Amino acid sequence: MNVFFPDYCFFFMPPSRSVSKMLLILLGVLVFHLVVLILLIVSTASSTWTVDATGHTDLWYNCHSDPNGYKCLQASSEDWIQAVQALMILSVVFCFTSLIAFLYQLFRLVKGGHFYFTSIFQILASVFVMCGAIIYTVMRPDSDKDYGYAYVLAWVAFPLSLISGLCYLILRKKD
Amino acid sequence: MLRVLALAAVVLLGIAPEPSQAISIYTGWERHALVGSDIRLSCSFFSWRFVSDDVSFTWIYRPDGSRETVSIAHYAGGEAYTDNKGRFKDRVEFVGNPKRRDGSILIKNLDFSDNGTFTCDAKNPPDIVGRPSSVRLLVFENLPIQAGVITGAIIGVVLGLLVLIVVIYYLMRFLVARRVFSLSVSKHGKKKKEGSQQRQASFLLLLLILLLPLHCLPPQPPSSPSSPRLPHMHPARNNKCNRLPRCHHQTSFFFLER
Repeated sequence: MNVFFPDYCFFFMPPSRSVSKMLLILLGVLVFHLVVLILLIVSTASSTWTVDATGHTDLWYNCHSDPNGYKCLQASSEDWIQAVQALMILSVVFCFTSLIAFLYQLFRLVKGGHFYFTSIFQILASVFVMCGAIIYTVMRPDSDKDYGYAYVLAWVAFPLSLISGLCYLILRKKD
Repeated sequence: MLRVLALAAVVLLGIAPEPSQAISIYTGWERHALVGSDIRLSCSFFSWRFVSDDVSFTWIYRPDGSRETVSIAHYAGGEAYTDNKGRFKDRVEFVGNPKRRDGSILIKNLDFSDNGTFTCDAKNPPDIVGRPSSVRLLVFENLPIQAGVITGAIIGVVLGLLVLIVVIYYLMRFLVARRVFSLSVSKHGKKKKEGSQQRQASFLLLLLILLLPLHCLPPQPPSSPSSPRLPHMHPARNNKCNRLPRCHHQTSFFFLER
């Protein structure tokens, strides 16, 4: 008389260490992704790419404080500023899309599959951030002023998102 | 009595003061133009009265950074008068249609010194209370790209490419799967077709076999000339013939003859 366990029984019998390890990895990757997304959003929306003693400029507004008050003008509508705006917005969009794709593929991917979509979108987001930061660095009119924290965040977000994208490439769905 | 009342009403309406609606004048807000080009500055008005014959338009120019104004065009009494002394000499033309409440002017061969504010004042007697409207003219060497055009273009192109790539990818997958499916179906289909043909042929034969005996000819007594064929008759067939209803040996002969 043959006794055999059906397949699904094995899901309830694995050792607990590997399950928690898997969960930890998953959580870690997800948190990393969220951190990258927040960095990108802050860098895009914040208004300090270049700081001055009296004010700051960024992609969207040039604000400076006079003796009269605090004035804000719209940023110059030159080509390169618009290109940087577009690239930063695109990077945020792609990062967000890769998050959605990650959550989707988490539940729908076949066993042992790679998170291709997620990694592609994340790597594209990092490429866009890099391009935007490079264009801003090269075409900046005021070369003597200091860089603001939003600019620094953009440069920080680039390698982090690249690492995150590569992580997804290596990651494989196990269960 | 009624007639008197009607007359009184008409008279009163005629004397009564008109509703206090002012004339409204519309021009653009700002106009951008290239050096050396022509520009048409439009001016139109709205009035509760019909366009009278004494309708008048006046265009006044104030240069940027100055407080002095100068008239450059005037239309009154069916005649248009344009600047023939000042900086717009022979460059201004009245191109509006006053009967259609349009008092536009055309300025040719723009220069940087034409930057300024153009005010249009329209009067439609007796509707003369109104606020003149101003349009600001900006003359550029190169027309600047509006803020956000390039941004939107880049974003749109990239997202469009992305959507296109995804659609093409899924389309290829769908087509390949369909082709594989159709190939496998056709393989099965060929076998099916052959089998069905065979089946149809055998079915027809069976029909012939079964139905011919049913179309029974009038029974004929077995005649001696047919008897020599009797030895050819298979006993099984005779048995078959016996089993079938309304079967006659003669019909089986006919089958055999065939």
